Amino acid sequence: MKRRALLAALPLLLSASEPRLVPDVSDTRIDIAYSFTGAELLLFGAILYPGGAPPAADTEIAVVVKGPSEALLVREKAKIAGMWVNHASERFGSVPSFYAVATSRPLDKIVSPRTAAIYELGIGDLLLSPPNGANADEQARFQAGLVDLKRRAGLYAEHIGAVSIREGVLYRAALPIPARVPVGNYTAETFLIRNGRVVAAASRDIAIGKSGFERFIAAAAETQPLLYGLVAIGLSLLLGWIAAVAFRRAR
Amino acid sequence: MTGLANPSNLASMHLYLPIAGLSVNILVIVLLGVGVGVLSGMFGVGGGFLITPMLIFYGIPPAVAVASSATQITGSSVSGLLAHSRRKGVDYRMGWVLVAGGAVGSLAGGGVFRLLQKSGQIDTVVGILYVALLGWIGLTMGRESLGALIAQRRGTAPAVPPKKSRRLISALPMRWRFYGSGLYISPIAPFLLGLVSGLLTVLMGVSGGFILVPVMIYLFGVSTRVVVGTSLFQGLFVTATTTLVHALTTHAVDLVLAALLLVGSVTGAQIGSNLVQKIRPEVARLILAVIVLLVAVRMALGLGWRPDAIYTVQAL
Repeated sequence: MKRRALLAALPLLLSASEPRLVPDVSDTRIDIAYSFTGAELLLFGAILYPGGAPPAADTEIAVVVKGPSEALLVREKAKIAGMWVNHASERFGSVPSFYAVATSRPLDKIVSPRTAAIYELGIGDLLLSPPNGANADEQARFQAGLVDLKRRAGLYAEHIGAVSIREGVLYRAALPIPARVPVGNYTAETFLIRNGRVVAAASRDIAIGKSGFERFIAAAAETQPLLYGLVAIGLSLLLGWIAAVAFRRAR
Repeated sequence: MTGLANPSNLASMHLYLPIAGLSVNILVIVLLGVGVGVLSGMFGVGGGFLITPMLIFYGIPPAVAVASSATQITGSSVSGLLAHSRRKGVDYRMGWVLVAGGAVGSLAGGGVFRLLQKSGQIDTVVGILYVALLGWIGLTMGRESLGALIAQRRGTAPAVPPKKSRRLISALPMRWRFYGSGLYISPIAPFLLGLVSGLLTVLMGVSGGFILVPVMIYLFGVSTRVVVGTSLFQGLFVTATTTLVHALTTHAVDLVLAALLLVGSVTGAQIGSNLVQKIRPEVARLILAVIVLLVAVRMALGLGWRPDAIYTVQAL
């Protein structure tokens, strides 16, 4: 009897040693409408300690928001005959179109390099599905170029110290979403980190999409290209004609 | 609506472009359209050679910039064309021959474009084309208009040396009479010119005007009264075709971007076609020559300077 009770309690005992995450996000859907100039995504939640244990001081949080993956061709320019021309290129099979990480303290202070690599914590630890047939140096060069472009566009970002933890129990992080954000299905992952290791993780899905008129236009361009093109021409003819008539009246 | 009444709010009003996938400042895009429209009405050049690089500089994806500026040029061409046709400044016969050539040229251009895009050399080829063409046109036009201005000041007739090219053109068989242009030449010459301009429209996102106008004036000897109107007439058809080709193949025409540009450019085209009446044609041509040369120099420097980004990304 005593033994059975112990067995039943085993899963509880195992998970009981580490805290648990209860995450939430401010929006599970971000609509891009006519006046969209970016958004702020709020990721927050609670850290539950087993058996009412007191909150630990060394608990850290990292939050990662990732956009849909895309296949990219990266070209490199070189000076040939006095001109900068594309001379080499590499294919990357799956590159996250958006990547933002927010942490409570500098990444190298809270996780080991090994953990950072396994969980893709930090822009430098992203695995951009290496291109085939290229040597390591060249791979690294193209990846650095690609990451630099993404950083400049605001699509890759690290927000160190952007996660605040209150009394070791409640955490919150505000991540800016830039205006040029690609549409698609995003994931927001929250990692609970202690002693350099990830002890709990939780994930939420976020959809970023065009809404209303913007969605209609984008869909029409894809599904009704002929009609769309004719409407574009019609619109330009109409506006041109209106201006001509209006100016003749005005004179 | 209170936002519209306040000028500081208007200056910061942003609109999201559904195809380009980013927000732009409404005022910047509309003013860009006005500037290009004025050039279009004054000189019969679509202004694509200015607007496409500027849109790309603003951060609009190149394919969207090229496709949407074609749509915008159609509108400013209509606006300018109506103004010119009221003054009988269009040679429709010459115009149709140019349109026929342009149609063939833009179809051929579509094939060349895809080929160059695949090899990744489209930017370099377009850059070299820009520098060579704009440089040549700017120098020719600048020298001629400056010579005409100096001759006027001295009170002498401008010296027009007989050109080898004109003799070549008049040697072509099957001559037609073009009354508006005051020419008796073979339609093969304007057809070929239309073809080249159609090719360039697709490749460079510019209306054919900036090559049509100088070639018609300097090589054909078309009466300057009808040059701008006729060039606009041809540009109208070729850019409309280009819009359709882009809508069907690249899906890169952004209606919102085109509409914003159009609002500015159709107004600008009216202002421009009135403005050009008030200044002497030689002065107008000199101004155009200077603008064209400045763009050419900037483009040439751009080819040689170390670019801001060594790496570029293309979606697969």
